[in-house]
Amino acid sequence: MYRIVRKKQLNQTVTQMEILAPLVAKKARAGQFIILRVDEGGERIPLTVAGYDRQEGLVTVIFQIVGATTEKLNNKKEGESIADFVGPLGRPTELSGLKRVCVVGGGVGCAIALPVARALKEAGASVTSVIGFRNKELVILEEEFKSVSDAFYLMTDDGSRGEKGNVCVPLERLLKEGEQFDEVITIGPLIMMKYVCETTRPYNIKTVASMNPIMIDGTGMCGGCRLTVGGEMKFACVDGPEFDGHKIDFDEAMSRAGAYAAFERRAHEAACNLFKKEAE
Amino acid sequence: MAFNMSPKKNPMPTQDPAVRNGNFSEVALGYTKEQAIDEAKRCLNCKTRPCVAGCPVNIAIPEFIVKVAAGEFEEAYQIIAKDSALPAVCGRVCPQETQCEGKCTRGIKAGCEAVGIGRLERFVADYHNENAACAPEVIPSNGHKVAVIGSGPAGLTCAGDLRRLGYEVTVYEALHVAGGVLVYGIPEFRLPKAIVEKEIENLKAMGVKIETNVIIGRTITIEELQTDYGYEAVFIGSGAGLPKFMGIEGEGLKGVYSANEFLTRSNLMKAYLSDSATPIQRAKQVAVVGGGNVAMDAARTAKRLGAEVHIVYRRGEAELPARREEIEHAKEEGIIFDLLTNPTRILATAETDPKKPAFGWVDGLECVRMELGEPDASGRRSPVPIVGSEFILPVDCVIMALGTSPNPLLTSTTEGLATRRRGEIAVDENGRTSLEGVYCGGDAATGSATVIKAMGAGKIAAKAIDAYIKSK
Repeated sequence: MYRIVRKKQLNQTVTQMEILAPLVAKKARAGQFIILRVDEGGERIPLTVAGYDRQEGLVTVIFQIVGATTEKLNNKKEGESIADFVGPLGRPTELSGLKRVCVVGGGVGCAIALPVARALKEAGASVTSVIGFRNKELVILEEEFKSVSDAFYLMTDDGSRGEKGNVCVPLERLLKEGEQFDEVITIGPLIMMKYVCETTRPYNIKTVASMNPIMIDGTGMCGGCRLTVGGEMKFACVDGPEFDGHKIDFDEAMSRAGAYAAFERRAHEAACNLFKKEAE
Repeated sequence: MAFNMSPKKNPMPTQDPAVRNGNFSEVALGYTKEQAIDEAKRCLNCKTRPCVAGCPVNIAIPEFIVKVAAGEFEEAYQIIAKDSALPAVCGRVCPQETQCEGKCTRGIKAGCEAVGIGRLERFVADYHNENAACAPEVIPSNGHKVAVIGSGPAGLTCAGDLRRLGYEVTVYEALHVAGGVLVYGIPEFRLPKAIVEKEIENLKAMGVKIETNVIIGRTITIEELQTDYGYEAVFIGSGAGLPKFMGIEGEGLKGVYSANEFLTRSNLMKAYLSDSATPIQRAKQVAVVGGGNVAMDAARTAKRLGAEVHIVYRRGEAELPARREEIEHAKEEGIIFDLLTNPTRILATAETDPKKPAFGWVDGLECVRMELGEPDASGRRSPVPIVGSEFILPVDCVIMALGTSPNPLLTSTTEGLATRRRGEIAVDENGRTSLEGVYCGGDAATGSATVIKAMGAGKIAAKAIDAYIKSK
């Protein structure tokens, strides 16, 4: 069992948990992920590492409540435990040699973009951060991003906080102005990452996207996490999760991500009804 | 004792095919005591003992069968247990027809069947698991520590053998439950998970430690096992790796599974149960591509989930690599065999908007008929497509059961661990790798093979590890 040492609600649908898993904390690096099961009989879900404390043996995960499993996880209280927590999986973010980097995060993806931005800053790189949300209620980690960024842009779709528009707006502007990034790293919804990649493509700036497809074992056994990169089949769990964004077939990835949408909806409703009953 | 000279085996009682293809309960029901004794009396206890040589773990087969014939079932179990860590598993999934039973003296004459060694082994193991009152003997520690990576058949066998020799053994498992392919791959109806659990409990009772949720190579490296953790030897039994696909159009569509994923969802994550938290597609018509045991398992699982199921295989019936028994069971259960047939592409639903839920699902499998061509250099007639014979199999799910390629996780994180050309971990005849004190066996070294071959490799490596540590 793995204890939830600290729990914090970042906004109405996004929660941060620090989980006691010393072996994972010892090895985790930015860009990697873990797989957890909330309880016996639960499904295995991958979550990207949002931080770690090697001394205390804690691994931070930040998740959005999107389905029955994340709902169940969110209902766990501080001090309670989850059944399984395994990792770190996947390859860590390649940071060496990067001098000028733009980190583009969207929604809950910002939770994963932050440790990447922090690691870059600590390695001495100049970091430009562009983070985007639907509206001001959903903004997370603003101060944390500011503290690790040389330049910082906050975007909301409705303009209720920061600048109005999506993350591609300031990115495009910077590129037009002649900004020369060594690399753009993007983490967020597939559709956002797709357009970030389309924005940088004409400027020929290397763009890395962090993929979070459906997977089961996470160790290279099931093949559920496959995606097409440069016309070749790749497995996010062992070849990724980060890939050259200009080569990813995002349309296929978006389609595959929705494979169990109907099942998820039913399960989520069932879980909500169950919690409602328990609450009554 | 009177021999039973019947040329045929006592038939295995099974669930009715028309009933069992709608449930996940075990297909074969097992011998009764009377059937077991009657079958045991078919063994001639011949001097040449060819069956023992045919067994990858060299169980003293005639000796245990004599005990069964005498009704001394627990004694029979103790004889098997000396050589096999997983008798209840082997009795169910070993390809006995090509191993022990394939060599049996009783089966040599035309029209005669070998002694049902596998069925007897299963009976004895089940009898023990139901009736044994005493816990297994715990051998005192010899003070030496060995780590085993992976809790599948190779790892469990190696761990059991080393523990019996006095070693302190810890098995590291990446998944949340021990058993490897026995729990994620082989379906409940062929190998009930309660049986696997029981076998693992037996090993734990002997003193084998099992640590789940640890990925060697990521959570802990092999080097750390040897230095920080003080293991004097390491056995790698990490199993097969990435599933193979055909490289045809449409393999990224929703509704295309590797057999590994489909079976893992159903077996490990229990997606076949209606209240499972893990989803699985409830397809109407399924094509399973491939002809091996894994293809049969996937097909029979899909059938039980309510689909019409086709096996699509490019060669003929005689070339199907699966066990005859599995093929017969699949046929009885209503699996349709489309032989000499090869997929050419997977068709997608007509919806073109990626945002619509109907976008990107399987809507048919285009296949071409094959014929066996001229014998090639190896003398084998390889299948060639018949021009213009393309047709569309109307399916909404395609399962690729084409084997696996080696998992890069350990080899890419362990410096100096040599691999063979295709990426399998290179070993000598004793399971020794290129790294001192590191041994390997099972699918990680050989590519996809069988449970019993992996067990055999685990056994050989255990012997070699024992010799290595004693020689230090």
